[in-house]
Amino acid sequence: MAAVELRSVTKLWGETRAVDGISFRVEPGHLVALLGPSGCGKSTTLRLIAGLEEASEGVIHIAGRDVTHAPPANRGIAMVFQNYALFPHLTVAENIIFGLRVRALDKAERDARLQEAAAILGLGKLLERKPSQLSGGQQQRVALGRAIVARAPVCLMDEPLSNLDAQLRVEMRREIRDLQRRLGITMVYVTHDQVEAMTMADQVILMREGRIEQDGSPADLYERPETIFVARFVGAPPMNVTPLAGLAAAEQAWPAPPDSLPRERAALGVRAEHLDIGEGGLPADIVAVEYLGAETLVEASIGTQHVIARRPGKIAARQGERIGLHVPEGAAHWFDVSSGRRVSGPS
Amino acid sequence: MTAYQRATVHGWLLLLPAMSCLALFTHWPAVASIIDSFYSTPRPRRPSRFIGLENYEAMIADPIFWRALVNNFWFAVGTIPLSIGLAILMAIWVNDRIKGQAWVRMAYFTPTILPMIAVANIWLFFFTPQYGLIEQVVQFFGGSATNWLGSGDTALFAVIVVAVWKEAGFFMIFYLAALQGISPSLGEAAAIEGASRWYYFRRVLFPLLMPTTLFVLINAMINAFRMVDHIVVMTRGGPDNATMLLLFYIYQVGFSFWDTGYAATLTCVLLAILAIIAFVQYGWLERRIHYR
Repeated sequence: MAAVELRSVTKLWGETRAVDGISFRVEPGHLVALLGPSGCGKSTTLRLIAGLEEASEGVIHIAGRDVTHAPPANRGIAMVFQNYALFPHLTVAENIIFGLRVRALDKAERDARLQEAAAILGLGKLLERKPSQLSGGQQQRVALGRAIVARAPVCLMDEPLSNLDAQLRVEMRREIRDLQRRLGITMVYVTHDQVEAMTMADQVILMREGRIEQDGSPADLYERPETIFVARFVGAPPMNVTPLAGLAAAEQAWPAPPDSLPRERAALGVRAEHLDIGEGGLPADIVAVEYLGAETLVEASIGTQHVIARRPGKIAARQGERIGLHVPEGAAHWFDVSSGRRVSGPS
Repeated sequence: MTAYQRATVHGWLLLLPAMSCLALFTHWPAVASIIDSFYSTPRPRRPSRFIGLENYEAMIADPIFWRALVNNFWFAVGTIPLSIGLAILMAIWVNDRIKGQAWVRMAYFTPTILPMIAVANIWLFFFTPQYGLIEQVVQFFGGSATNWLGSGDTALFAVIVVAVWKEAGFFMIFYLAALQGISPSLGEAAAIEGASRWYYFRRVLFPLLMPTTLFVLINAMINAFRMVDHIVVMTRGGPDNATMLLLFYIYQVGFSFWDTGYAATLTCVLLAILAIIAFVQYGWLERRIHYR
């Protein structure tokens, strides 16, 4: 097991700062998700750890060793690529042991590791096939196999599930997670899918424009978002963040912002499941009702702003109907609109 | 007429123009050459008559024919591996992120765009004894004077150099296209596994380029055996047949000596050589190549 640590790492593409002075630490044996919208620098960060790009500034440590300028092969890492990067002219077996052959391991050891990986991943019957004869999920497994046989203490994954269909993605999510735990691998996992990050990771690092917005456990990100961006990115539907400026009616109906936050700069964040619908409260008009079976999403407008409430079961509500919105005490997150940062809220 | 029959007729009608051109200008001349090779050359007082294998017997006894064949063999051996090797090397180089990429690519491709006659004339100047470019460079470094195209020892070599220079840039384009179809993540995956650039090339890149190599190889072989234009400009087969290649010999026999019967015989040999090359390459090599 090995830790991965980045200290003030920056990557410049000409004038643009693709990665802008980020620092974080991945504990040994943990799975860390680098999450963010496209272009946020998460893939570049992964490639910096892999050594496929060189950092413009900062230091990268893997297993306590400074690898900032080390070539990829000397970093003790394995990597699974988004398109799997399987060699199309080699069989599954040859693909898996490619790296072992490069390192000139003897044949007995190669075969042993191949059999072990094949057994773990259920690839036994496919070893003589070519990648083009495999389904997407099977190709994914071969790519994982190549990472496993390397026995590298750190495994890097670049959106490994984005080319699979939804059903398979759910299966592979669990499989990768199990594998990572069983083998005790330290894993850095890049994804733009917040569900993937939340369900798999021990620690989620949410990035935006080359910087870290928040670094914490999935529960931290969901329950204590540090910025409006995090609040809106994590969770589906996203958190309702309503600026109070110009919302005079909210003064009596909703909780008041903390004393340190002037009302005109305050934004109230409420998770959809905490937003109550009923008599009284802040009047709003229903815009749309989505019935999902176990729950119903009610979208309502307060003037120009829209909020979504998630209520269990079926709600008898119709479009255009007037309702009242309640925010229970203790469910309110307060953000400063001018900085976008959290001021206070439930702890 | 049923719809199916009508479609059949339409299909053949659409094929007709291309098929008739192919038959008229490719198949018929080939067949006519084979027939002519069994007849004597018509002369004003002696019309052509059937002479069986006499032309072939004369050919086997003809030292210039053998000289041309041997020269052609060395010409192929000298140009094909070298131009293909250079093409791969240049393609890999210009496929990397380098400065002035477009300019370098264009520079390599320029020899292909230039007309062969112009190219041969430029090289004629390079090879000129005493004040040619190569001589000036050699003399600057204190080397002894060589008449590159005028000496039997160096003339074939000089012609090979020009052919390689001309072909390598052309083949590079095919390799470049093939390389751009290979995902860069393959190289990255290999780098993470610790493969050197050479190992990656040998085990991954080269096998993946094999379909291109087959295509280029066939073209290179055919080009080697039908090389004629810069021989015409630069050496006319001389000195003392040192650069006599098969197609130039056919041209000379056919259109300088007007011995059409014998020229037809030589042509049959050329056709046979090209046919064998094609059969070997498509029949044998292709089965050993990975296609995606």
